[in-house]
Amino acid sequence: MPVISLQHLYKSFGGKPVLRDMSIDVDQGESLVIVGGSGTGKSVTLKHIIGLLRPDKGRVLVNNEDITTMSDVELNKFRRHFGMSFQEGALFDSMSVFDNVAFPLRRHTKMTEKEIRERVHECLEDVHLHNVVRKRPSELSGGMRRRVGFARAISLKPDILLFDEPTTGLDPVISDVIADLIVEMDQKLGTTTVTITHDMKVAFKIADRVAMLHEGHIIAQGTPEQFQASKNPIVEQFIEGRAQGPLTDD
Amino acid sequence: MITIFDRIGLRFIAFFEQTGIWFDALWRTITWTFRPPYDVKEWFRQMVRVGVDSIPVVFLTTMFTGMVLALQTFTGFQRVNAEQFVASVVSLAMLRELAPVLVGLMVAGRIGSSMAAEIGTMKVTEQIDALKALATEPIQYLFVPRVIAGVVMLPFLCILGDALGIYGGYLVAVKLLKTNPVVYKQNTFQFLSMNDVWSGLIKAGVFGLILTLTGCVRGYHTTGGAEGVGRSTTNAVVSASLIILLTDFFLTKILF
Repeated sequence: MPVISLQHLYKSFGGKPVLRDMSIDVDQGESLVIVGGSGTGKSVTLKHIIGLLRPDKGRVLVNNEDITTMSDVELNKFRRHFGMSFQEGALFDSMSVFDNVAFPLRRHTKMTEKEIRERVHECLEDVHLHNVVRKRPSELSGGMRRRVGFARAISLKPDILLFDEPTTGLDPVISDVIADLIVEMDQKLGTTTVTITHDMKVAFKIADRVAMLHEGHIIAQGTPEQFQASKNPIVEQFIEGRAQGPLTDD
Repeated sequence: MITIFDRIGLRFIAFFEQTGIWFDALWRTITWTFRPPYDVKEWFRQMVRVGVDSIPVVFLTTMFTGMVLALQTFTGFQRVNAEQFVASVVSLAMLRELAPVLVGLMVAGRIGSSMAAEIGTMKVTEQIDALKALATEPIQYLFVPRVIAGVVMLPFLCILGDALGIYGGYLVAVKLLKTNPVVYKQNTFQFLSMNDVWSGLIKAGVFGLILTLTGCVRGYHTTGGAEGVGRSTTNAVVSASLIILLTDFFLTKILF
């Protein structure tokens, strides 16, 4: 039974359809990467998985529970199963790095300050960050902000990790470091992971399965090898990053 | 083609939509206030921000208003030989009307705008989504402490404003216009009743709710990056000030 099951999702914004009959399942412990061009609905898909958006039509099942019918209070509790990392980190800029990572622990656990301190340091170790606990998010580089975001996402030991464009705006070397980190965290924590990106190098590195979102639904999916060997002209153009092809033909 | 009727219709729809959003936020703030966890530390932090940090601006505004009021009424009352009523007018006006409204408007400008900017920036940088993803309801974490701070602290600021306004009037009347201080003090309290004090404090509490909630709601519904944050900040002050002035009339009608 899949841990996450998106079933026939439809979502429009201001009359403009973004998701159209979007369906995909994610199995326990699997690392799924959803790729696709800008504005194809990747972030919208991820926000449906964690209930930040509700679909116009369709169901989102997580651990076999339909989160689209949950009340705000139920959904709020249910989100403790998730850890989510945002595009630019989305760190709370009024807090230090330490307080950012400690935030979910202070709110949702009865841990003492000593236990919280230990857990925060453990999480920062997991993302290979040292001597940054007192710093403010504005003092960190883009890559460091992402890693603090990862540390915050894993602090409550979630079952499911979601990564929204983890390498956007980073240089190729730091992007590779972040990709390695995602693989490492995935293996160490044994979580189910969904990542959205348009960086194909990162996608092939971290994915057990790659799926391509185009015009609001999945048009191709498979292991990285199967995906790379795909004869779908849209997939081929996207992987090769060509300007000419069906993706750019109006 | 959009006709003038379409434009008027759209304005009406937008007005009712905004009103609905405001009351929905009010209801959700009330319900989330009574759900654990109770972030009392944050409540106090916001009380300091709304109350203690606003003392200088309240001090200047109410004191000088009391002084100007004494000066103006003295000039007018002198024409009909009714100078002895200056003290009563100043104290009644400050307690019943000027202190709560001035404090409400000044704090709306200072705090309502900063709340809209703060929450608006959190919205456009996905920090609000991050809060939700961390199983934290933004209404509970952001709105509740701010609204509680507004409702609790505005009456205290109003008491301070009452005292300073009356003292400002006393200074002008006694030191500048050479009125008899004993008579002035006597007249200050002669026509006052407890209802004058309470009604001002109730008004201040309601204005505290309005300005903080409007700031939070405007920030929470920010769209469009830095420009959107600027728009929300301006809208928060304008909306809160207008709502305060409108509500003031209805509260006055109800309370007196």
